[in-house]
Amino acid sequence: MNTLIALLAAAGSFGTVLMFGTLGEILTEKSGSLNLGVEGIMYMGGAFGLAGAYAYEAAVGVGASSGIVAILCAILSSFAVGAVAGLLFSFITVTLRANQNVTGLALTIFGTGVAKFAGEYMRHIVGGFVTLSNPLKEAFSFVPFPSFLKNIPFIGPVLFSQPFFFYLAIILAIAMHLFFQKTKTGLYLRAVGESPVTADAAGINMTKYRYIATIIGGGISAVGGMVYVMTTGGCTWNEASLGGIGWLAVALVIFCMWRPLNAIWGAILFGALKIMYLRVLLPFFPTELYKMLPYVVTLIVLVVTSMRNSRDKQPPAALGLNYFREDR
Amino acid sequence: MEEAKKTPLIRLSKRDAMDPKKVWAIRIGSILVALIIGCIPILITGNNPFKAYVVIIKGSLGTSFYLKQTLKNAIPLLGCALAIAPCFKMRFWNIGGEGQITAGAIFASFFAINFASKLPHVPLLLVMCLAAAIGGALWAAIPGFFKAKYNTNETLFTLMMNYIAIGIISWLQGGPWEGRPGTQQIPLFDKKAVLPSVFGIHIGWIIVLALVVLMHIYMNYTKQGYEIAVIGDSYNTARYAGMNVGWVMVRTMLVSGAICGIVGFILVSGQNKTITSNVANGVGFTAITVAWLGHLNAFAMIIISMILAILTVGSSYLQQVLGVPSAISEIVSGILLFCMLGCEFFINYQLTFRSKVKKEVKA
Repeated sequence: MNTLIALLAAAGSFGTVLMFGTLGEILTEKSGSLNLGVEGIMYMGGAFGLAGAYAYEAAVGVGASSGIVAILCAILSSFAVGAVAGLLFSFITVTLRANQNVTGLALTIFGTGVAKFAGEYMRHIVGGFVTLSNPLKEAFSFVPFPSFLKNIPFIGPVLFSQPFFFYLAIILAIAMHLFFQKTKTGLYLRAVGESPVTADAAGINMTKYRYIATIIGGGISAVGGMVYVMTTGGCTWNEASLGGIGWLAVALVIFCMWRPLNAIWGAILFGALKIMYLRVLLPFFPTELYKMLPYVVTLIVLVVTSMRNSRDKQPPAALGLNYFREDR
Repeated sequence: MEEAKKTPLIRLSKRDAMDPKKVWAIRIGSILVALIIGCIPILITGNNPFKAYVVIIKGSLGTSFYLKQTLKNAIPLLGCALAIAPCFKMRFWNIGGEGQITAGAIFASFFAINFASKLPHVPLLLVMCLAAAIGGALWAAIPGFFKAKYNTNETLFTLMMNYIAIGIISWLQGGPWEGRPGTQQIPLFDKKAVLPSVFGIHIGWIIVLALVVLMHIYMNYTKQGYEIAVIGDSYNTARYAGMNVGWVMVRTMLVSGAICGIVGFILVSGQNKTITSNVANGVGFTAITVAWLGHLNAFAMIIISMILAILTVGSSYLQQVLGVPSAISEIVSGILLFCMLGCEFFINYQLTFRSKVKKEVKA
């Protein structure tokens, strides 16, 4: 029982990272854009988020820095870099009508390159490890609940002891659900993703919707990369540790059936799978094989979801397809 | 005035066919544009971009040592790009080159480690090569099968297979195949399991060049290559024509995986003389760039793989000399891809500006 509580409590922090990545990609894919550049976007978000917070602290001086401003700087700078990446992606796929798959892969190559370049360059300027002061590090893992809630057995450590980004991600998921289901703009956005021809005929500006959804989606995914670096990653740049997270987020979108609310528990589940080898020790089973668990589960999920071909669990019908009005 | 308002500033229409010379001029132009945009990160580090490019060329082609490094770097890139090309032609997004190379490397290493004392030199190498091809083919056929049968998303499937293959080597490295206990390393192969050299470079380059010719013939002059092209252009046309689309997919993945496996064999037997979890080292991803920039043309890919190898090897020298992070090579190859993807638009579509339309109306 204790192991389970510890596992679930720890799963939240990695799950938060996935949740941001997945929610951003859900928004993008709902508009019909299949952005496979999430890996690169999350990498860049991590590097630029750290850079933003570091630049802020360097500017005001170590003692004078405030945690909230540092968090805002990190969120804004990571969101901005993700949004720029989304803009680049939509310019090439929507306006220039290039293949979405290859463009996404190019964005992954480009994004990881930019992030590694930025991380390496920061180290070069600073002349050593780039990291924040201890009070700021603590600010990023700030838990927004009083200690009596944290001390409730079982529920406390799992629900009320997560870093505040966790709750932010859940609020975002709920907001996104309401946006898709309850607003007119959300309906239009879904129409663009399901059938651009119909949407275009109805007078919806399909280009605008795809652009905006991809830009905001890219920004949200990038925040996920920042959250990873600033919480689990210990506020330093380590280019190897971010590898593969963006791809897990893309897989999770399929697992969640393009529904933001499913992303909440889906991300926590995958967060648990990812760190299980640290928390639930299996004697006589090699750790290296144990680490493959999230990838194996992803494969099983992919196969099972594709076999179970029910009508309400389909991707947006126009996902990955470019639209040219004169094509028939 | 009112009419001018109704016509948008730029109108788009599809172009029929462009003069091939013009097409290549646009494509080469886009590469130049990419190299110019690539100057921006170099400028940020406070260096002269022109000088940086000179350093890159020097550090990759300047001496025979660097030239050999560059060629060694280009061999797996070209091999893997050849493997990916038929899949991409079929619109099957195989990004599992990394895993298929690794799987081939594992199969080859199994024979290198266990049969080095039992088999003579040439047969051992042949067995290793064959095993690697089978290993890679099996690794690739699994996602191929599920794509054909259930339309499972192949991008993610092949990608997850990468992590699994790399995980298996990590396990072998620290477990069953570990050399001295505690080293976490697999010992160097016996001399008999190492590829011989010609002109100072292991014969992997001959194998890869032979594959270029074979792949060119396979894609352009065989029935199977034609089937791949038809499926890529229109899935439904292929079905109505009576092609067994599922089987073609699995078969293409078998071919693709086998070539990746052979690349894995070249890497362990020629380049590294042992196997580590890092054996593929990003080749599977960079090869996507090579294949796409080369327009899936086997001969064009020779040039592109050389360009990317020059970038990779040259930029690690650049980091030593000028302190520009070597990740610049990834940035530039990303920009190259973007420009190459974007420039196709100007080949396929025609832009008509408003003023031009007006004049035509008046005339």
